[in-house]
Amino acid sequence: MSNAELLAFVSARTLAFCALNLQVRNYLQLNVSLLYWILVAPFTGQFFKIAPIFRQMVFIGVRAAPMVALTAFSVGVTLAMQAAHSLESLGAEMYIPDLVMITLLREMGPVLIAVIVIGRSGSAVAAELGTMKVSEEIEALEVMAINPIQFLVVPRFLSMMVMLPALTIFGNYIGILGGWAVCVSALDFNTAGYVLRALESAETWDLYSGMIKSVVFAWIIITIACNAGLSVEGGAEGVGQATTTAVVQALLAMLVMNAVLTGIFFFAA
Amino acid sequence: MPADSKIIEVAGLVRKFGDRAVLNDISFNVDRGETLVIMGGSGCGKSTLLRHMIGAMKPTSGLVRLFGEEITTLKEREIERIRLRFGMLFQSGALLASLTVGENVALPLLQHTKRSIDEIEDIVKQKLGMVGLTGFENLKPDEISGGMKKRVGLARALALDPELLFSDEPTSGLDPIMTAVIDELTLKLARGRGMTAVVVSHDMTSAFRIATRMIMLGHGGIVAQGTPDEIRASSNPEVQQFIHGEADGPIPLNLSQEEHEHHQHVKPRPFARARGRFHRKTA
Ligand SMILES: Nc1ncnc2c1ncn2[C@@H]1O[C@H](COP(=O)(O)OP(=O)(O)OP(=O)(O)O)[C@@H](O)[C@H]1O
Ligand SMILES: [Mg+2]
Repeated sequence: MSNAELLAFVSARTLAFCALNLQVRNYLQLNVSLLYWILVAPFTGQFFKIAPIFRQMVFIGVRAAPMVALTAFSVGVTLAMQAAHSLESLGAEMYIPDLVMITLLREMGPVLIAVIVIGRSGSAVAAELGTMKVSEEIEALEVMAINPIQFLVVPRFLSMMVMLPALTIFGNYIGILGGWAVCVSALDFNTAGYVLRALESAETWDLYSGMIKSVVFAWIIITIACNAGLSVEGGAEGVGQATTTAVVQALLAMLVMNAVLTGIFFFAA
Repeated sequence: MPADSKIIEVAGLVRKFGDRAVLNDISFNVDRGETLVIMGGSGCGKSTLLRHMIGAMKPTSGLVRLFGEEITTLKEREIERIRLRFGMLFQSGALLASLTVGENVALPLLQHTKRSIDEIEDIVKQKLGMVGLTGFENLKPDEISGGMKKRVGLARALALDPELLFSDEPTSGLDPIMTAVIDELTLKLARGRGMTAVVVSHDMTSAFRIATRMIMLGHGGIVAQGTPDEIRASSNPEVQQFIHGEADGPIPLNLSQEEHEHHQHVKPRPFARARGRFHRKTA
């Protein structure tokens, strides 16, 4: 723990003159203690409970599936239609599946599904924790010697880390299905042709890069949401502000991070 | 052991919010087995005092010792060890809204003991029975009344059979019969099992029923303290006014305007502007 404390201390010192000093420090502290409860505490005999993780997985993941499916399907359809429009004029219709597949796996899948999860779960987590903060529930947990990070943040964090990538894979499938629907119904493709072309174009790295992105996004979304919720002050108004803050900050951080990762994965190499 | 008999030690406790000292140099001790009742006008700092005694707030200066350990300087880790030895009932109940009544009471048992689910269920039933709420296990906190929430909070505070109980107005919002039941419970635990209790109360009947010692707070300090008999016989007019609940007397009804100006951490509200917004002059 002393290393972790040192790390928190050093990072806090370096940012001492930053305008957002306090917020940034809170955020870093949250990350450090989260890592402590996940990586260190289990070896000292304090395992996290499994049941709350599954409950959160249902909230964050399973309930979001219909929305993810609808979004991914319409994105797949849109991509195929746009590709058909541009590629037909070049006489390159056969590349439509390539375009749908690669755009979905690398960019649209991870980003759009993260946007949905921010809107659904990021705001919900911030509001829930914020309400608990203003109604003294967090203080009551502390007085019962229950660490709020361990009890509230860890299950949300772990389920987000599992469910966002899972939703992304699910969304990728549905999006490809959307592309197929356009190609087969409106263009000169048969199912086998579409599938073969799509599989030929995409490499495993396209899938993995998207997965890495969604893991990073999951981390960003859930830590920002929990931090916003836990730092609420001042009643219902504060909860509302925290929810907005969580959504805006998570969206911005996610989009910036997406640009950075795309740069690293596909540009710098 | 004489040192061990002193369970709580508060010495020179000062707490300021902004420039205003809500608690100004408070010192008292609580011995094992005592039931201390803290009284005082609304907003005089009783809940704030409790928060300092459980280590949820840090004092501006002064110290608080629980079970002989100074909690104002302890690490979070070590405070947790001490927190397992006491229970706390919050003024608002502070039940977890996402859990049922039964799960709320079971929470400390699930987190801190290795008991089986069946055993825990039995304990939960028993604790809820003690506060007169048998059969309410499966309701959510927003499906029960304010007084019921208080009682669930008390059951939760007692779940681990603590040797020390803090309760913030356990009987406010309860009918006279339920008040008597809760008082009996406190008495039974205190006299029968030797539990030490610190109870904040406005309710004078209840306070005199359970207290072995009383403290009255006011003006940031201790106005009077002593056994119930000493308090009843006190010659201090503020104490007499408070325990008899009279409107006329030395205790000011409101903060005077001057006193209000000293509350510099309270920002003046733009009443005038707000009124302008809602009642726009049409003429
Ligand atoms: N977090 C805070 N920030 C600023 N001032 C506070 C804070 N908490 C309490 N106070 C002030 O401290 C004073 C005492 O509050 P406290 O809640 O302890 O009163 P109380 O004696 O418990 O009152 P009641 O009987 O109504 O519950 C109040 O005047 C309040 O304005
Ligand atoms: Mg109070």
